[in-house]
Amino acid sequence: MTDTTATGRQLPDRLDNPVKSAVLSWESLLVLVALAIFIANSFASPYFLNEWSLSDMTFNFTEKALIALAMALVIITGEIDLSVASIIALASTMMGLALQYGADTPTLVAVGVGVGILCGAFNGALITGLKLPSIVVTIGTMSLFRGIAYIVLGDQSFRGYPASFSWFGQGYVFWVISFELVLFLLAAVIFYVVLHHTNFGRRVFAIGNNATAARFSGVRVDRIKFILFCLTGLMSGLAAVLLTARLGSTRPSIAQGFELEVVTMVVLGGVSILGGSGSILGVVLAALIMGLVTFGLGLLNIPGIVMSIFIGALLIVVIALPILFRMWRQRRA
Amino acid sequence: MTDPILTLTGISKSFPGVRALHNVSLELYPGQVTALIGENGAGKSTLVKTMTGIYQADEGEIRVKGQAVSLPTAISATNAGITAIHQETVLFDELSVAENIYLGHAPRNRFGMIDWKTMRTEAQETLDSMAAGIDAGIPLKELGIAKKHLVAVARALSVDAQVVIMDEPTAALSQKEIEELYVLVELLKKEGKAILFISHKFDEIYRICDRFTVFRDGEMVGKGLIKDTPESEIVKLMVGRSVDHIFPAREAAIGETLLEVKGLSHPTEFENISFSVRKGEILGFYGLVGAGRSEVMQAVFGMTSVSGGTIVLDGKTIAPRSPADAVEAGIVYVPEERGKQGVITGETIFKNVSLPSLDKTSRGGFIRMAEEFALARTYTERLDLRASSLSQNVSTLSGGNQQKVVIAKWLATLPKVIILDEPTKGIDIGSKAAVHGFMAELVAQGLSVIMVSSELPEILGMSDRVVVMREGLMIETLENKNLQPETLVRLAAGIAEGKAA
Repeated sequence: MTDTTATGRQLPDRLDNPVKSAVLSWESLLVLVALAIFIANSFASPYFLNEWSLSDMTFNFTEKALIALAMALVIITGEIDLSVASIIALASTMMGLALQYGADTPTLVAVGVGVGILCGAFNGALITGLKLPSIVVTIGTMSLFRGIAYIVLGDQSFRGYPASFSWFGQGYVFWVISFELVLFLLAAVIFYVVLHHTNFGRRVFAIGNNATAARFSGVRVDRIKFILFCLTGLMSGLAAVLLTARLGSTRPSIAQGFELEVVTMVVLGGVSILGGSGSILGVVLAALIMGLVTFGLGLLNIPGIVMSIFIGALLIVVIALPILFRMWRQRRA
Repeated sequence: MTDPILTLTGISKSFPGVRALHNVSLELYPGQVTALIGENGAGKSTLVKTMTGIYQADEGEIRVKGQAVSLPTAISATNAGITAIHQETVLFDELSVAENIYLGHAPRNRFGMIDWKTMRTEAQETLDSMAAGIDAGIPLKELGIAKKHLVAVARALSVDAQVVIMDEPTAALSQKEIEELYVLVELLKKEGKAILFISHKFDEIYRICDRFTVFRDGEMVGKGLIKDTPESEIVKLMVGRSVDHIFPAREAAIGETLLEVKGLSHPTEFENISFSVRKGEILGFYGLVGAGRSEVMQAVFGMTSVSGGTIVLDGKTIAPRSPADAVEAGIVYVPEERGKQGVITGETIFKNVSLPSLDKTSRGGFIRMAEEFALARTYTERLDLRASSLSQNVSTLSGGNQQKVVIAKWLATLPKVIILDEPTKGIDIGSKAAVHGFMAELVAQGLSVIMVSSELPEILGMSDRVVVMREGLMIETLENKNLQPETLVRLAAGIAEGKAA
């Protein structure tokens, strides 16, 4: 027991210095890493320090990062959604199908986002209704959703999206600032506020730290988890709109392997894979780092397979680092 | 008289804030069964863990056949010839019976590999010698609990244990299975094993035990031969205690009925439970562990669903389907498992306290930290929480202070009925008094309190009325006027009045 002073004392709000803990945070480390990679890139390639190059760079992460924002919340509750890339495939396929029936741009967007939400709700219903582990459910729906896309499309592809639709993936709001980047930054602000400044966000953290105690504290755990899976579905649907618009076509293999990069972004951003902690700022910085790294490797003409090896290795390292650090500290204590 | 196989002398063990064992001694004789008797929290489990190498005593000496031994690990206890059969058997469901019996000391062939054939045959021989009627080759999971106990006994025989500890072995058994277990105990006695038998049930203690040792509050308060001692004397030893704790005086005026539960039933845990609590009243729930008290409370709290019955709160029928519903209606629950269900470890004190009240401290769903700190400060200070700041992680607090955080969290919701499940279990005396003082304060404000407790002094010191439960059934509701602890123990354990008198 930590008897501090005699009775009648007032408990202070906090003892640690907020400035000091901000300086020592994971996020400030990420800022340093991002700066280092930025500088390395500019030495490595003469084409890097150019406003259009940098603008192109953002396309490397915006779609995945949109999903990572919602995925961060899911992982903080101790769950995971591995079906996000397949939701993109299914949503994109359904948009292509709607196009065949002459859908206009607003309808296409509604179809993409709507299919995303439905897929997320399907995941959420299985996980909270039947109490199945999310990793199993979403591995299942990962195959299921993309499987449907393959049935509809076979080895064909949908093309011929209208120009007004393509703007979502190719348009610029002003100068070199793309619509995708603006949408991502807007979403990041919204997710930041929701996670760190609302009751909902507070409950998300409580669930991740101890779902049983949270339920015993009157938190509607299942309802919140269901909403979060709908949210990753929604963000995947949005990503499907952006990606389809950017590529101008739908193939069933679209966005293959995105889930790995999304999870890597979230974990690199400092979200504990075991749930309970993390921040949106970290995820945004991690997205930027991943974009910088892949773009830098691209500038150096490093083949895609090496990039995926790199991302796999990065995922393992960022998951192992905090655990190794804890072991090291325990051994010293 | 023969010398004891195992002698414990002057064993003490403390945990932060709790003195679990204080200078206790125990002797176990070959071919005899010694009963270890005591209320929950008397220190029985701690003693077993000390004897099996899971805990290390702070002081004292353990001697096996006169030789002082140290038991730093569970394996060293096994090597010293001490083995335990637990209430929930610690065996491996997916392994075969023979593998379970010989795990860790399987016979080897000349290549150093496990000699499966010998292992299987020897296991079968051991089982047959016990007339167990179990095939050593089948997986353990195909056996019922009673048969698993037999396997555990076979394991004890195969490691040639001299001391066998049986920790409430009959808790989950049917009457027929219990009879089979008695036969086994006789078998172990004949083999010259020293047996420590832990039980709450007096009928079985008198049936199979030769000696007894009574623990109370971590101290050894009496021992002797069963045949020379009447039941009433043992009960007196169990409950009679030094006045180490003064319960607060009660000034609450008891008002009209606030919560009425009628015929509440659950498919497996409890049946036809009816009780009512009035404003300003503390209703105690007494019973042995496993009597179904917590299950009833969790059903009232919406955590588990019921198969029948009604709950009326303040004249309105409610059917909480989740704790959130119950909290909204004004019923809150302080769970027994503080670490798993009570506090959210890994989060700070103020976040724990404000969690169910977020709708009150926030504006339009947006968090207002200042309000949260103010709320947390108000309620934690009323409970005299000992912490360095409100942003301290709850996992760094002592058990008693964690309990204060849980209670503060619920008080902040301004509940009508507060249910406390073993509110002072395993917490230090100081925090205990704070919790008791606070309960008295709550009922003085017109709240209703339901207190589930296995501690007799607490039940007798705090309750206005006491409900006694046994094996999922309500046995009796008693006014707490001149209520004798012996009466409660008898009702809870199912001892007939005449027999014990």
